[in-house]
Amino acid sequence: MSACGGARIRRIETPLGGEVARELRAGERVEIFGDIYAARDAAHARLVAGLEAGEKPPIDLRGCILYYVGPTPPRPGRVIGSAGPTTASRMDPYVVPLLARGVTGMIGKGPRSPEVLEALVCHGAVYLAATGGAGALLADRIRAAEVIAWPELGPEALRRLRVEGFPAVVAADSRGSDLYALGPKRYRQERQSREVGR
Amino acid sequence: MRPVDVARITGAVARLAEESNYRLDRGYVAYLEDALASEDSPDAQHVLEELLENARLAEGGSAPLCQDTGVAVVFFEIGQRVQLVDGDLASAVDAGVRRGYCGGYLRGSMVGDPLLRENTGDNTPAIVHVDLVPGDRVKIWFLPKGAGSENMSRSAMLRPADGRQGIIDFVVETVADAGASACPPLIIGVGLGGTFDFAPQLAKKALLRPLDTDNPAEHLAALERDILRAVNDLGIGAGGFGGRTTALDVRVQAHPCHIASLPVAVNLQCHAHRVGTVEI
Repeated sequence: MSACGGARIRRIETPLGGEVARELRAGERVEIFGDIYAARDAAHARLVAGLEAGEKPPIDLRGCILYYVGPTPPRPGRVIGSAGPTTASRMDPYVVPLLARGVTGMIGKGPRSPEVLEALVCHGAVYLAATGGAGALLADRIRAAEVIAWPELGPEALRRLRVEGFPAVVAADSRGSDLYALGPKRYRQERQSREVGR
Repeated sequence: MRPVDVARITGAVARLAEESNYRLDRGYVAYLEDALASEDSPDAQHVLEELLENARLAEGGSAPLCQDTGVAVVFFEIGQRVQLVDGDLASAVDAGVRRGYCGGYLRGSMVGDPLLRENTGDNTPAIVHVDLVPGDRVKIWFLPKGAGSENMSRSAMLRPADGRQGIIDFVVETVADAGASACPPLIIGVGLGGTFDFAPQLAKKALLRPLDTDNPAEHLAALERDILRAVNDLGIGAGGFGGRTTALDVRVQAHPCHIASLPVAVNLQCHAHRVGTVEI
């Protein structure tokens, strides 16, 4: 279960098909290749408002991986600035309609609501965690960045990011496993059994 | 009176904003290295390795440590014999924030109105705290404060009868609820006493305390150790998937309070603990 240091890292490509998404297990470490889409609070509000109004979304949501990030501006010669994940729970209210339209993956940090965990099971999708606060490291795995919609939102604009070997851990899978709940619990149990054994 | 041109404050704020967002303090990096050396969870080890690599990359200048380059929180101690000339303090600070954030390729993370939510574009205005103190110096602390940890911070008006254990329980509960969202391993600022509004300021000021300095009050130093132990017993760990080090340090700052009150505030700080300071 644990994403141990020596464990094999699974390569996944986008668009992320439902079959692959269903195979991923909480604790598994992955590297992502292909296009993912940067969207956080303001872009989510607009995406979902558009869907509710019956408008065509600015990106194809089928097999899409959304990355909760608002990058810093790129320095000269760079494609993007610091680009680590933001707290995912703020996007919880928007998840269900997006999964219903074909989104199969989300990247962020921190735990999700029970409703989101249930929606992952229902739609066969995954929630991936990247390391919060590792924005310079993660930016190094982004090869291209382009604003797709809502440039007026600045760091919150919807962007297409071309990634190569973008590192993440499966935090919640399509079978209802949640690493943010299981990991600390397992750590406490292991620590306790070490202390008893001493 | 000693005249100080506010342009010097603008320059200092601009420099601190940029520097603090690219370069972690050496002593603080040593905290992270120690946490890695003592960590027994492979998941948390992996996260700590990434954070140390991230710090090396950011210092090389490729990108800031974190994309959340923070609300610009600026603390001043201004000597009473200082006369600020050639402008006003608030405008001088905002000019420094504007210069530091735009020139340093840092993110504008401020919206001008909490409901209308339009980005101001240059990370102004700053949140400014000023203490008047004896003397003729101006001391500045720059604390870019990320929202991940700020959003999980809390305050409460405990009963005096809740006492020491009530304080520990409140901090532990705050950290447990924050979990991975606050980006552990954390630095925890705790404000004790004062009033409803004052305790959170104490908690934030506690984050400014230099590393490796002990609380001068022995009973508070003991409280810091006990809170740190209780928080690390949670087993949340770096990154939040389980591990030994949920918090790197706890700092308590206390102030007198009303006979009926025990205000407590917990200001969580993420592992990207960025503080810059300078004296003019």
